[in-house]
This record gives sequence, structure tokens and C-alpha cells, in this order.
Amino acid sequence: MALETIETTSETSTWRIKAGLAQMLKGGVIMDVVTADQAKIAEDAGACSVMALERVPSDIRKEGGVSRMSDPTKIIEIQEAVTIPVMAKCRIGHFVESQVLEALKIDYIDESEVLTPADEDNHVNKHDFKVPFVCGARDLGEALRRVGEGAAMIRTKGEAGTGNIVEAVRHARTVLGDIRRIQGLEEAELMAAARDLKAPYELVREVHETGKLPVVNFAAGGIASPADAALMMQLGVDGVFVGSGIFKSQQPELMASAIVKATTNYNNPDIIAEVSRGLGDAMPGLDVRTMPVEEQLAVRGW
Amino acid sequence: MATIGVLAIQGDFLEHRQMLERLGSVVLEVRTRNELDKVDGLIIPGGESTTIVQLLDIFDMRDHLVNLVKNGMPIWGTCAGMIVLANSLTDHRPNPLKLMDINVTRNAFGRQVDSFEADLEIDEVDGQSYKAIFIRAPIVNSVGPNVRVISRLNDGRPVAVRENHMLATAFHPELTLDHRIHQMFLGMVEETRR
Repeated sequence: MALETIETTSETSTWRIKAGLAQMLKGGVIMDVVTADQAKIAEDAGACSVMALERVPSDIRKEGGVSRMSDPTKIIEIQEAVTIPVMAKCRIGHFVESQVLEALKIDYIDESEVLTPADEDNHVNKHDFKVPFVCGARDLGEALRRVGEGAAMIRTKGEAGTGNIVEAVRHARTVLGDIRRIQGLEEAELMAAARDLKAPYELVREVHETGKLPVVNFAAGGIASPADAALMMQLGVDGVFVGSGIFKSQQPELMASAIVKATTNYNNPDIIAEVSRGLGDAMPGLDVRTMPVEEQLAVRGW
Repeated sequence: MATIGVLAIQGDFLEHRQMLERLGSVVLEVRTRNELDKVDGLIIPGGESTTIVQLLDIFDMRDHLVNLVKNGMPIWGTCAGMIVLANSLTDHRPNPLKLMDINVTRNAFGRQVDSFEADLEIDEVDGQSYKAIFIRAPIVNSVGPNVRVISRLNDGRPVAVRENHMLATAFHPELTLDHRIHQMFLGMVEETRR
């Protein structure tokens, strides 16, 4: 059949292809879903991808304990419900969960701090996989370390499951501010910058030359309204993940569609005003400042 | 000078814009109905076809865009853009614009792990073969009498088609540094302005 013929003349899973899928997601919204019905609601609202989960981050936070990769049954149910790409999360450093997700032919693996880390020193060596990975970051050094390990897409960590945008803003401003600073350095200063960032020198050089991350950069962790999504886009990210913010709001269909419209038209306050009307209650929010550090997810991984 | 629009509601519109700007074109990112009137040709980029079609409808751009193209505005769809332009799909969704007389299957090669690069020969594109990037790519199953297949995979299946002032490619020229197909589209726009 066709596929065999193609394989003789073509290469699969090149870096261009892995980073390329993320390019296709740009300007879009990736939504956390826990059922096939939710996945369909997300697709109908215009989501460009869904994250298949057993529990959204706010529930993971409430229930505590050890949080692991989702049951494959759940993932397959969601893969069968939609035609947009499906992502799923593995624990930081848990390369066998990654292997399982690759076997399920998931489109993207999120090596995520929302789940309980399996390795406190090492992340997954993502070069070993055909499936592209997305990873969280709080600053440029962390982002470039993940790219160095093979991540094809970066997102801010924010503080998942809080409905509070403050950490996502902090992380986006830090990453983008670090990039501007690196751009302004002299070439002779790049090695010291790489040392301070604890990032691979070659990647620091690339950021210096291009003024951007080598991969697509999304926002995540705390987006709960259309204005939150547009805020992150105006700060300069390529798209947004919305976790608990959709299906923990009062009217998920309306909220999903409103966040998609605001993300596309992030520079158009008239449209954001229009879509923000009558959405009902957003998800209940949490104050990150009063949260004990052991409950904060963003500090997982390094 | 012609203004080339890039539909910027979702997907890799930035890569198209950068390629066109390297070729010296004036580029407008199109997000609303009114912006459609300001361009001489339009590119629908790669992205998620379901998302792009949903948003065309949500932003009420479908009918206006279809009319403009029926009245001669050149249009080019890459990957998701090819799906959007098709007359019919083997899938039940999305509902395409039905502009080009082609039947298309989405994700024809499987999921992300089955994406690939291939060397192609393309009519009207001179020189060495074209390194094409296929990402969750569609394939053309059948074409109408006025559609010309300008490139095929080794197994014979069409991956680039042209019908008068309309062009569709299953792959992503915008993710390469090879500008030959963008040049071809700019030629199509110039032709209609003459």
C-alpha cells in the first residue's frame, strides 16, 4: 500500500516535522478535556488541539496524592471523538509513560509538572522519540534546557489549576525579557550568558541571532477568561493552553468559544468585549501568594 | 503593487508572511471580512482545518470569501488550506468552501508520528526536485475535469493541484527556504491583474 512506497523515498520524524506540527497550532487554543463529549465541545468551539486527561489540574490539586499518566482507555476514547490533534501528559522524567503514549500514537506529549515528577534530576531525553514533546518553562534557561533535550514546543508553566494568571504572566515576561536581553549582548558575552542561564551555548547563540525561541512558545497555567488569553497573546506568546478554565466555568461551551475568538483577535478590544459578555462565572480562583510552596506545581522540574 | 493576504485566524500564517516579504511582496494578515477586500490574492496557511473552517464561519467570512474567489481572486491553500478549498471530503467534517473541484482525505497518512518529508517533481517548477514537508497531511483522491495535477507522490497520488486561479498543496512550502512555489503564486496574482 501507499505508505510502504513512501517510506522508501522519505524521512519521518525529522526535527522540521516535529517542530512543524507546533507551527500549525499557532494562534490557537489547546483545551484540557476529560471525556469524549468535552473533546467535541472543544473542537466545535474552534480549539486547535485537545489535551486528554483523567482529571483537570484543579481537581488534581484538590485530590492530592500521586498523579500519573491517564488510562489509555480514556486517551483512545478522546482520540476517536475528534479529528484535531490530541495531546497527553506524562510525568517529568518518566520515559516509559512517554513510550506508552507514543505507542498510542498520541500527536504530542506534554512532559508536565501538573503530574507528580518521576525523576527530580532528569527530564525525558526527548530526542529518543518520534512524537514531539511540549515542556513547561519559567525562564529562558529552563526553556533552552528543554529544547536541548529535544522539546519541539515550550509553554509557560504558570500555576496550573488556580485560574490565576499571575504566574503565567511572570513566566512569559521572564522568558521574553531574557530573549531581549540576550539579543542585545555582544557575541563575546554569550558564553557567560549561557553559564548564567545554565543553557546550551549553541541555543543561546541562536536566540541571540534570531531574537526568538527556536520552537513555538505557548502560554499555560491560569488562563480563565477571554481577556486572560488575549493578555498572554499581546505579551508575545504564539497561542494558549486552557486547562481547568473551560470545563470548570459555569458555561463551558460559551467560555470555550469566547476564549478562541479572543485569542485570534487578541489585538481587537471590541471583539474581546463582545465575546466577554454573559459568560457566567469563570472557574473559582486561588491566590498563589498564600499557597504553601509544596502545593505549587511550577517549582517541579528545573 | 499587488497586496497578498494571508488568512491569519489560526495556523502558520507568520511563515507565509515572512516568505512573501523575503520575495519583496506587500503582505496583509487577514482576520476580518473587511480585510478580505484589501487583498489581490489570498493564502490559506497550514493549521487545523477544522479550526480554520469553524473560525471562518464564526467570523462570518465564508460567503464573502467564496464570492471573491468565484469572481477571480487567486487563492492558494497549503495543507489545511487545501482541505478548506476542497469541494468534498471523505470525512464528515469540516464543511469546506467547495471552491476547487477536488475530493480530499484529511490526515491521509495517519497521526503525527507518520508525518514525513519527500522529494517531489512539480510542473512549472524548474530546477532540482522539491523537498516537501508533509505534516498530518491530506491527500487528493480525485479531481474534476478542469483541475490539473501538478505533482504526485511516487505512488501516483496527487499532492499539488491547480484549477485556473486556484492552487492547493498538501505540503508546506512556507516551512522551507525554497520560495519557488510562492513565486508561482505571485505569478498567478500578477496574471489576474494584467
